[in-house]
Amino acid sequence: MFSRQPAKFAAAMVAGRLVPGGGAKVGPLALRDVDPPELPGPGWVRVRPRLAGICGSDLATIDGTSSRWFEPIVSFPFTPGHEVVGDLDDGTRVVVVPVLSCVARGIRPVCGPCAEGHINHCERIGFGDLEPGLQCGFCESTGGGWSTLMVAHESQLVPVPAELSDEAAVLIEPTACAAHAASLVHAGQVALIGSGTLGLLTIAALRRARPEADILATAKHPRQRDLAKELGADTVVAPGELDRLVRARTGSMRLDNGQLGGGVEAVVDCVGSAESIAQALRIAAPGGTIHAVGMPGVTTVDLTPLWQREVALKGTYAYERADFDTAAVLVQDLDLGCLLSATYPLRRYEDAIAHAARAGARGAVKIAFDLRSERERDHI
Amino acid sequence: MPRPGFVLDVDRSTPPILFHHGESLKLERLPAGRSRVLYPAEPLEPLDDPDAAIRHALENPLGDSAPLRALLTPGMKLTIAFDDISLPLPPMRRPDVRQRVIEAVLDVVAAAGVDDVHLIAALALHRRMTEAELRHAVGDRVYDAFAPQGLLYNHDAEDPDNLAFIGATPHGEEVEINKRAAESDLIVYVNINLVSMDGGWKSTATGLASYRSLRHHHNVKTMRASRSFMDRHQSELHSSNWRMGEVLKDSGIKVFQIETTLNNDTFGTSGPMSVLQKREWEWTARDRATFIGMKAGLDRLPMKARRKIFNSWLAPYGITSVQAGEVDAVHEVTTDNVFKQQLVTIDGQTDILTMGLPYICPYNVSSIMNPILVMCLGLGYFFNMYRGEPLVREGGVLIMSHPTPWEFHPVHHPSYIDFFEQVLAETTDPIEIESRYEKQYAEDEWYRHLYRTSHAYHGVHPFYMWYWGSHALAHLGKVIIVGGEPRSVRRLGFTPASTLNDALEMASDVVGRHATITHLHNPPIVMADVT
Repeated sequence: MFSRQPAKFAAAMVAGRLVPGGGAKVGPLALRDVDPPELPGPGWVRVRPRLAGICGSDLATIDGTSSRWFEPIVSFPFTPGHEVVGDLDDGTRVVVVPVLSCVARGIRPVCGPCAEGHINHCERIGFGDLEPGLQCGFCESTGGGWSTLMVAHESQLVPVPAELSDEAAVLIEPTACAAHAASLVHAGQVALIGSGTLGLLTIAALRRARPEADILATAKHPRQRDLAKELGADTVVAPGELDRLVRARTGSMRLDNGQLGGGVEAVVDCVGSAESIAQALRIAAPGGTIHAVGMPGVTTVDLTPLWQREVALKGTYAYERADFDTAAVLVQDLDLGCLLSATYPLRRYEDAIAHAARAGARGAVKIAFDLRSERERDHI
Repeated sequence: MPRPGFVLDVDRSTPPILFHHGESLKLERLPAGRSRVLYPAEPLEPLDDPDAAIRHALENPLGDSAPLRALLTPGMKLTIAFDDISLPLPPMRRPDVRQRVIEAVLDVVAAAGVDDVHLIAALALHRRMTEAELRHAVGDRVYDAFAPQGLLYNHDAEDPDNLAFIGATPHGEEVEINKRAAESDLIVYVNINLVSMDGGWKSTATGLASYRSLRHHHNVKTMRASRSFMDRHQSELHSSNWRMGEVLKDSGIKVFQIETTLNNDTFGTSGPMSVLQKREWEWTARDRATFIGMKAGLDRLPMKARRKIFNSWLAPYGITSVQAGEVDAVHEVTTDNVFKQQLVTIDGQTDILTMGLPYICPYNVSSIMNPILVMCLGLGYFFNMYRGEPLVREGGVLIMSHPTPWEFHPVHHPSYIDFFEQVLAETTDPIEIESRYEKQYAEDEWYRHLYRTSHAYHGVHPFYMWYWGSHALAHLGKVIIVGGEPRSVRRLGFTPASTLNDALEMASDVVGRHATITHLHNPPIVMADVT
């Protein structure tokens, strides 16, 4: 459970800067026995998580690096975990679409974007029958996947095919993010920054969506590099080598300070740091688009190239319902369950978070909690 | 009388052997009873009066050629082409032999009343020479007389307005060379034949050519069929150049070839560097102290300072011969003269070939020996210093000593950086590299711009470096670099080792525990005549 405790939040910020994931030990995150969330109303069901992944946004929250932008659209205390495969009371295995749209919030009529299926653009995420929360896992009313029980609206449920393992199914939610991002990229040549879980899945989704595209990617670690190639990147280089790769691949001219004359049509930033955004701005072609897929925070970056080269910076948040169908197929076809590198019981949450925070360096990709053997799971 | 080169069988009394190690030096003890060392000959006696020898050569040409003066007529168009910064290595003390020859040629030219003269540095796809480098090569007098008028310049293989397509060989090899040279009534080509690979028709057909032409022999197939580059009659690289030479001749282009040879007095007979060309068991106490002091000093200096020291070294080579006239006739004599200095007979191949790579190769004069050049020097040049069979047997192991830093000269070698980061990260297979990547690099506008306006090697040049070693890559069972930066060595596809003993241990996995070892004691340059 993650509570609003400013002093601990400050400690988490310090610890997180010293050691990635360090906020888990000293911050507001704690393992507690709490009452299960109540069903908010008709159409809501109980979900017993089987596996629940640890996402980059979870790590940012735990290490106190996420933006204050989220303050009005989360509600404390909340139970983290939005990458969830779980069981309904009737035994149906489901993946949860964690975005809390108008329908889930009981808002009628639904807002314009929700009416058109763009649940990730919902204009009422702070309103309705639920406490504020942009997704399950950040909302007090719903609970989250890092627990033995949460609640979800029936509109949020995606049945899991019998042939798909839990290990594969837990990758569907992040893959849906990737599929959504890939659906927005319309370029023949794409540079993708970052080969963490989201980066790797976006490579896979891009390759599926655009078989002819020339995909250039960065990877920090050898395992990431191998996976990026396996999943469809044409060329993978170290982060510091991407500028030169883009120059060479696009035949751009290069100025003395390393600035490119041209660049790639689309850059997909799956990191969201000041460095990655700055790099994206350096390598995007005039008139090109940067897709911000990884969650950025408060960053300082020189936007002059954005202006001078008429580059578009486009956010890419979450997904729509249909992206889960695309994701399920991708996970199954590409055996993406193999990206789940390790699971932990809840009692070892500090180890799990430390592992997730340094997954790349440790040769891992996705880390998740395994709730299937939790004693409380069958006693609620 | 200088002593010839020879082969030393290593026994227990053999002292540690000198290994060059980039901008440093090492002494290594080779296993007794199964090791041998191939030593170069001592420097041949230089010509007493090189200027007189040059004048004599111009007046007494070899083969089917009239003396130079007889080939000159007022109003004619004359181009003097000369070898670029890649020769000799290290650069020689002033006056450079090119200066001597060009000054002598210009004396004859002036006497004949020829005033339409251009001088062109025949650099093919190498970097443009700087003013200082040109001055060093041709001398201040020649430079000041021609360069300010734009009559002395670097060849530009990417200038579409100054290239002339001459024709194609029966093999379909396109011949395209410098237009000024092609349209001249006579080309005088001034060579420094540092090794037997240099000179002949390779001078004009390569030095003054374009990428369109060069790609016909600078490719994996040709390089692998050149066994070795140093043995002209067994080298497909040279066969291709000679075919191109026929096309040049048939088109009416006239070449008056001047070839010169140097002795291997690389480090001198006095001063601290002289110890590097003495045989170790003949080192005096003073030599040993000099070596220890030099090594200790070098190892304490930052790399930049070490490079500065080595790059400032100018070799005191002596000129051993000058030949002029018809290309083939000249080249035959020149090659014999090179062999007199460098060729050493050795009995049979070895399982393991060791070599200490120095700080310099043809493509990093005043620059950085980057990892691709390490590969090229070891597998391209040193490996190919043979006649007959390679010194190391097929499936054998090559052990090179070099620090191999992940470091590149950003001005001289921009495409090398990309090649190393992007191409070698994908594959080290020369054939795949050639088919997948060469065209992109060769036609890259930025590289082209840097080659033409800055001092960068052509975009395709790192590919040629890799192809240069392709015969060795196919031949060897393993390549180990002692003391190399591990990540650079691995990127090259080789194996890093901390010490020579570790390397020999690793090699034993490939060639067994009692493998024979041969050390190529180079530089000064030595070439193996493997019988």
